[in-house]
Amino acid sequence: MSSKNPLRSPIGKKLVTGVTGLGLVVFVFIHMTGNLALFTGNEAYNQYTHFLTSLGGLLYVIEAGLVAFFLFHIVNGIQIWLGKRKARPVGYDTYKSAGSPSQQSASSRSMIITGLILAVFLVVHVISFKFGPGGPGNADPAYVTTIGGEEVRDLAKLVRENFASPFYTFGYTFVMLLLVVHLRHGIWSALQSLGAMRPSLTPLVYTIGAVVGVLIGAGFIALPLAIYFNLI
Amino acid sequence: MAENMNIKLKVWRQAGPHTQGRFETYSVPDANPHMSFLELLDVLNEQLIKSGTDPVEFDHDCREGICGSCGVVVDGVAHGPQRRTACCQLHMRHYQDGDTIVVEPWRAEAFPIIKDLVVDRSAFDRIIAAGGYVSINAGSAQDANNLPIAKDKADLAMDYAACIGCGACVAACPNASASLFTAAKISHLAMLPQGSPERKKRVTAMVDQMAEEGFGDCSNHAECEAVCPKGISISSIATMRREYMKAMLS
Ligand code: HEM
Ligand code: FES
Repeated sequence: MSSKNPLRSPIGKKLVTGVTGLGLVVFVFIHMTGNLALFTGNEAYNQYTHFLTSLGGLLYVIEAGLVAFFLFHIVNGIQIWLGKRKARPVGYDTYKSAGSPSQQSASSRSMIITGLILAVFLVVHVISFKFGPGGPGNADPAYVTTIGGEEVRDLAKLVRENFASPFYTFGYTFVMLLLVVHLRHGIWSALQSLGAMRPSLTPLVYTIGAVVGVLIGAGFIALPLAIYFNLI
Repeated sequence: MAENMNIKLKVWRQAGPHTQGRFETYSVPDANPHMSFLELLDVLNEQLIKSGTDPVEFDHDCREGICGSCGVVVDGVAHGPQRRTACCQLHMRHYQDGDTIVVEPWRAEAFPIIKDLVVDRSAFDRIIAAGGYVSINAGSAQDANNLPIAKDKADLAMDYAACIGCGACVAACPNASASLFTAAKISHLAMLPQGSPERKKRVTAMVDQMAEEGFGDCSNHAECEAVCPKGISISSIATMRREYMKAMLS
């Protein structure tokens, strides 16, 4: 009974953006809480990152899944955006939102922009941390430390060095604020895309979406600022 | 008369589907607060006819907010500033003497302009033709309690059935998506015993047709609900997505 290619249909595209979007929310949430380990000291942080790299094969599986989620999310997001330009080639002279119950906002209108900036950031971020000094294919004795007699990568050192730079610190902070903007619309939108919204839950879900977005952003921003201002 | 208002109208004029359109600004000195917005256009047209100019074409029929024929974008909002009101029921008391009002047609690739403010909404008819009906004769009205339907379901089905197919949802949507229209019909029929047997076939056929017509995809801006003259909720869109998933998995 299903159409030729259900996942390419208008609804399928939303299911894919929604599932991958929520998956990425779970990922960034875990990533954010992991980062906070640095607040309790370099050793705790290095232990945590060492635990991740010691997962070996499982880590590759998780990473491959993440790459797939990002790619599907980005491709569908771009397609929805291209489709909307085709669907209204001539715009209005005057256009404004009719207001509540509309959820149209700077956040909902800028998903493609915040999303693309996040994508560029992601590449820079992975290059400078994961593949930075001491990382895979970039062995560097200056970024090795020992925990309980075992040699592990001193990622804490790299994090502290990078966030000593104002450019890196405030650039990172800015992009994390954009992530909050992306999630302000993204979280409730994903639930709506998956058909999980009920009118009786609407105000609650809007609130939860915004709160979770802000929590994730705040968690990410706390660390670089704390390092930059020598608080930890 | 003291109540007279002078209203300026900046109106989209376009002679035909393939001609270049442009805005024209007209003054209507004989407007008054008791007029409906469409009556204002009537008065403008009388002025234009007297001066030997082509009148402004616009769609309308019942002028009581029930047929779905009317529909223009008024100052950037589909059907104008009053919530849950088709533009035929918008009254000039919302405006002040000296106001300028911008009037534009629905803008969407799937709704090509025929003339001035009139667009071709037959894409909606084709979405309905793809499955927005019950294909057997369901007979005449039954005895009230023959076919029990829970009150909340009946109410919700009625809310969705209120769609008059005006196209404001498409016009207001930043993506020119027809999701609210399509979802209202799908949800209304899925909720009732007569519509239920064909629900899977219906949802896929109607969604495919919606894509075929060149409407955009939904980004959950919910602007459609805000301009819908019947206030149809985007919960119908969530229902359509659940219906679609059920059809996909079977
Ligand atoms: C940090 C990772 C990211 C997270 C957690 C995230 C999360 C989300 C969520 C939850 C949604 C809502 C999905 C829906 O409406 O069904 C969404 C939508 C969207 N995302 Fe992301 N996203 C991320 C990265 C990106 C990137 C890199 C892009 C690049 C283009 C992007 C582009 C979009 C677009 C365009 C939409 C709106 C889709 C629509 O119009 O319906 N996102 N995102
Ligand atoms: S003319 Fe019938 S709804 Fe406006």
